[in-house]
Amino acid sequence: MNAPVYNFAYLDEQTKRMIRRAILKAIAIPGYQVPFASREMPMPYGWGTGGVQVTAAILGPADVLKVIDQGSDDTTNAISIRKFFARTAGVATTTATADATVIQTRHRIPEAPLHGGQVLVYQVPIPEPLRFLEPRETETRRMHALGEYGLMHVKLYEDIARFGHIATSYAYPVKVNARYVMDPSPTPKFDNPKMDNCPALQLFGAGREKRIYAIPPYTSVVSLDFEDHPFTRYRFDAPCALCGADDSYLDEIVTDDQGSRMFVCSDTDYCENRQAQGHRGSESAAPHKERPHG
Amino acid sequence: MTTVAELPAGFADKVLSAQATFRSVMDAMARPGSVQRVTAGSGVPGAMMRGAAAIALTLFDHDTPVWLDPLMSGTPDVGKWLKFHTGAPVIADSSICSFALVGDARALPALDRFALGSNEYPDRSTTVILQVESLTQGTAFELRGPGIDGTAVLRATLQPADLFDRLAVNASLFPRGIDLVLVADDAVVAIPRTTRLAAKGD
Repeated sequence: MNAPVYNFAYLDEQTKRMIRRAILKAIAIPGYQVPFASREMPMPYGWGTGGVQVTAAILGPADVLKVIDQGSDDTTNAISIRKFFARTAGVATTTATADATVIQTRHRIPEAPLHGGQVLVYQVPIPEPLRFLEPRETETRRMHALGEYGLMHVKLYEDIARFGHIATSYAYPVKVNARYVMDPSPTPKFDNPKMDNCPALQLFGAGREKRIYAIPPYTSVVSLDFEDHPFTRYRFDAPCALCGADDSYLDEIVTDDQGSRMFVCSDTDYCENRQAQGHRGSESAAPHKERPHG
Repeated sequence: MTTVAELPAGFADKVLSAQATFRSVMDAMARPGSVQRVTAGSGVPGAMMRGAAAIALTLFDHDTPVWLDPLMSGTPDVGKWLKFHTGAPVIADSSICSFALVGDARALPALDRFALGSNEYPDRSTTVILQVESLTQGTAFELRGPGIDGTAVLRATLQPADLFDRLAVNASLFPRGIDLVLVADDAVVAIPRTTRLAAKGD
């Protein structure tokens, strides 16, 4: 009876207009972080307040929404955001990557290739790739203005000097359209090549830090590296224990206190699809084994 | 004198019409040269086209100073309609406007008369909404840049004839620059500052 009545997709119209204008400028200047007047959302910072605001500003009644957290559709964060929009916007939701028109993600890019009708919305904690190298916003802003990214190369070089290789494994810096160095959000560097020349529009929202940035479709996204230390993807050297995939990004799951572990796809939709197609791994889930015969 | 009751209407459904129009403009901006359609219906004041009116209702508000070209500002309806439906301040100084509405494309001022943003804040630049004759037939413009898979061909009948020559300044200014939204009736094409003209033909 007294249930609160929200505007479509929660945000008020003036906020949506402000975010929409920021999104348009972000698309026009690929990789540049557009400041925006981020609102308080009914969830804590770090739970995707930036991504939620971007999604709320673009979402329409015909959209089909998928939300993933570390590749998974069934974690608390993903479920709450999916329910949030199912309730405030009444949109259809899905877990199938191919069926979604808007995919909000925390820290992964789906394994299935994205297509032109899709928008990928990233939740970003720290949008400034130079922040841990230079804490002053005035300075990092000037470095972006001048395209002065020597400091970032020094950081990668120090990795090589200390570890013998570039040890940065997530939030691996990229250069967008040969101009702006950008933080791809804490995705594993395994996902970096998927951003390059992607047919889908990629939008990034950082709620606490109040920044929106974007990669238009078919835009060059290059992971920073050196000629003698080229960028490499990293993946655990094992097949998925559930579906046997040897090309997907894996989560390591500790199974007891004796040091046993298993590796499974981080992208649950990809893994379930493969299992439904009959692919099996060494620890395939019980339901498949319990199917009645004949 | 026009009273409020005589002004053309805004969107019938503010929320969903604005969302649909925004998605068309966002898709246009993300895929330069592609023709998107504005489907939301609204009242249209004198010199404005349907598409331009819908974009104004979707993106303008009290935070966005708007500059009108002489054709637009010469039609008293336009200023009143914008003020009533969007609350956007109409200003005379084009160098600080968020949006410029240009009804007579031949009279498009030199692009450096608009806000180009700064190197630190390139987003603080004018988005020019330019009404043109046609975005489906006319001269073929081959475009390339982010958002385009290889090259895209835009067929358009537009003024000023040297529009793309003028936009070439975006290449040397980058990241500063002008973002352009072309409107012909309900068709919308965006030319963000990253888009370059690869070839021009008949």
